[in-house]
Amino acid sequence: MVQRQYEDGIVPGRLSPGDYAQNFADLHPPLEEHEARVEADRCYFCYDAPCMHACPTSIDIPLFIREIATGNPLGSAKTIFDQNILGGMCARVCPTETLCEEACVREAAEGKPVQIGRLQRYATDAAMGEGRQFYGRAAPTGKRVAVVGAGPAGLASAHRLAMHGHDVTVYEARPKSGGLNEYGIAAYKTPENFAQAEVDYVTAIGGIAVEHGKAFGRDLSLSGLAGAFDAVFLAMGLGGVNALRAEGEEAEGVENAVDYIANLRQARDMAQLPIGRRVVVIGGGMTAIDAAVQARLLGAEEVTICYRRGREHMNASEWEQDLAASKGVAIRHWLQPKRVLAEGGKVAAVELEYTQLSGGRLTGTGETLTLKADQVFKAIGQTFEPAVLNGSGVGIALESGRIRVDGEGRTSMPKVWAGGDCIAGGDDLTVSAVAQGRDAAESIHRALMG
Amino acid sequence: MADIRSNFVGIKSPNPFWLASAPPTDKAYNVERAFREGWGGVVWKTLGEEGPPVVNVNGPRYGAIWGADRRLLGLNNIELITDRDLYLNLREIKQVKKNWPDRALVVSLMVPCEEDAWKAILPLVEETEADGIELNFGCPHGMSERGMGSAVGQVPEYVEMVVRWCKQYTRMPVITKLTPNITDVRKPARAAHAGGTDAVSLINTINSITAVDLDNFAPEPTIDGKGSHGGYCGPAVKPIALNMVAEIARDAETRGLPISGIGGVTTWRDAAEFLALGAGNVQVCTAAMTYGFKIVREMIEGLNNWMDAKGHASLDDVIGRAVPNVTDWQYLNLNYVTKAKIDQDLCIKCGRCHIACEDTSHQAITAMVDGARRFEVIEEECVGCNLCVNVCPVEGCIDMVPLAAGEMDRRTGRVVEADYANWTTHPNNPMKAAAE
Repeated sequence: MVQRQYEDGIVPGRLSPGDYAQNFADLHPPLEEHEARVEADRCYFCYDAPCMHACPTSIDIPLFIREIATGNPLGSAKTIFDQNILGGMCARVCPTETLCEEACVREAAEGKPVQIGRLQRYATDAAMGEGRQFYGRAAPTGKRVAVVGAGPAGLASAHRLAMHGHDVTVYEARPKSGGLNEYGIAAYKTPENFAQAEVDYVTAIGGIAVEHGKAFGRDLSLSGLAGAFDAVFLAMGLGGVNALRAEGEEAEGVENAVDYIANLRQARDMAQLPIGRRVVVIGGGMTAIDAAVQARLLGAEEVTICYRRGREHMNASEWEQDLAASKGVAIRHWLQPKRVLAEGGKVAAVELEYTQLSGGRLTGTGETLTLKADQVFKAIGQTFEPAVLNGSGVGIALESGRIRVDGEGRTSMPKVWAGGDCIAGGDDLTVSAVAQGRDAAESIHRALMG
Repeated sequence: MADIRSNFVGIKSPNPFWLASAPPTDKAYNVERAFREGWGGVVWKTLGEEGPPVVNVNGPRYGAIWGADRRLLGLNNIELITDRDLYLNLREIKQVKKNWPDRALVVSLMVPCEEDAWKAILPLVEETEADGIELNFGCPHGMSERGMGSAVGQVPEYVEMVVRWCKQYTRMPVITKLTPNITDVRKPARAAHAGGTDAVSLINTINSITAVDLDNFAPEPTIDGKGSHGGYCGPAVKPIALNMVAEIARDAETRGLPISGIGGVTTWRDAAEFLALGAGNVQVCTAAMTYGFKIVREMIEGLNNWMDAKGHASLDDVIGRAVPNVTDWQYLNLNYVTKAKIDQDLCIKCGRCHIACEDTSHQAITAMVDGARRFEVIEEECVGCNLCVNVCPVEGCIDMVPLAAGEMDRRTGRVVEADYANWTTHPNNPMKAAAE
């Protein structure tokens, strides 16, 4: 019995209760032991393996897979965690199709790479499932480090710093740790509250105090932290969302995709989440895909992603695009939003203009298309808000609107390191944030002990 | 269609695929099912002397090793000879032979190493009108502790003696089944030949422990905490069996002695290889025990197709064809020089050839060329050992290419000579035949 499936407007309960559970179940169910062994057996144990080089955290992939093949999943997990303490989440959310699995020689050989991500999940699940900790803390150094942001970069740095014997205080603006793992990633990629389980697993090493509800730039200042701690690691992510710059975008029903997803991730009952009957998502990245797919899973009848460039320009991987298509999302290219049409203050349609590339520049063709919509998600990228830094009275060098760091994560300011999405030159991936947090922690450690 | 009818020491069968003496041939029910699927013949599971039958363990009889997806690679067993009543077996053998006159039906025998015991059982078998007997001198477990099976097969004098008795007391063709658990398989083969055997069959199973249970530190298969060595068979033993068949086929004393090839035959190709090395037919067990009797259909079709494709009209065109090419190491041509060549279009850049060569061999394969991941053979270092070919996961990607006469071997700096030359005349050989 589906009550409100075809109701116009933004309403909850479009589906029957069982549908929600099914729709938001694990996207990739975990491998069974035998499946894992068979898949692990496909790995050729390459010399100087290309997959390792493709992994931003340089996990020794052939070794951890061989450990699975030989019935040693805990040893395998340790091999993973040595390089990436958030290996459990990365196993779930990494776009492996553009990283390790793209580099897998079996991709070259037969177009069917070893399922590295699922094997990584198999191993990390085994260790986390039994709460097996592999790392202890070194003797206390007496040094104190502040970490701003409890997302992937912050957690990775905190773990490595705690391991080296430093005392870490993590300041997190939100009520929970995890950052985008908790608030940003599609629910079906990390069901069963995995993000919090992972936070608990990482912080179990000890020496990490997390203070929630402490926003940088509001409750904390950089100069204050730099004065109070021996070192500071900035990993606060991106606070701003790009505007559509389309007429009428203030209409009711036009929302930031990241806010909607954060809300969805915190919802206890998906049936309570209102969703439009006809949803238009503007953007071409992972957030656009996550918002669009989840809109469909919540029961939206029509979901259309509109992207102003071509398929080949989308930040979302081909695999993600196919996933969206399989869930019934329409992806339309070469369309940019021009106007949000409202009725009674509520969004009723979006007027889009066709685009083209001429002489390397994107221009409108003048031709327009109007899509009926009762909900519009903006997913055209997030921005760093430098006000949180410079508003606190400290100067720190930026580059392309984000914090400039060197190869070790050092900012222009002494005692201050940065990593994750807030730094320039990144690729906005969880796994890259982990690598940056880990490497900055090593750099901090060297600096403190030098 | 090629003619794959077989005539092995006068025993005719529609194809050369027999089931070996083993659990699949223990009773009429199984054998009838096998014949319905098309098996050319069977060797009935070994009969013992009259009296209370042997008893088997009541726990696991088999152990195995597997590939990752549980593909069975090797099987071992500690089952004994038939544990059914002798006369029940004999009645069934007679009935089955009557029902299937065109199929080969050979009866395997194992009785104590005494003339009277053999003299007693042979007429009973003859009465069934079976086509022949196979002497089980092979089983390495259980029966050997009682002075039978491989305990006989390991002593050439006993082999000859028992064969002689059998030839004396029966008109049936005698096939002597040999154990591989011996240093030189030619010795019992020569003994059987001297005793007048019509043929030998080999190999029987190999002494083995398949695994150790690391929780209770017991060998597998484990019976109440203990284990015993069992007979190993299946695909894993094929290379050992091929060598032993070839050794007998090319031995001066036993050359021409018919051989029934046994050991890991799983596909038509395995069978063809045994035939090429001198086997007149093959016997199969593990493959049937793994997949059921239907596999014989693939074997029949596959052998036929291959023979048609290669223009071999009958089995005689194939049998023994590879024997002249089996030689001693000392006669291998030392002027034959090969170099590995990697097909860069097929290479998937796994690097296994490099690391195998770099770590364990001759440092003859690059990992990097001009700053890019690339695997190329360094001819100056390549000894042509073939290891890279063996570890490469891509079939046909690496080839061993012979250098032509007159070409320079860049490793040794010598020009390749056209003439054949082997170790016996090599200057480094202290035993070389004096040329002067």
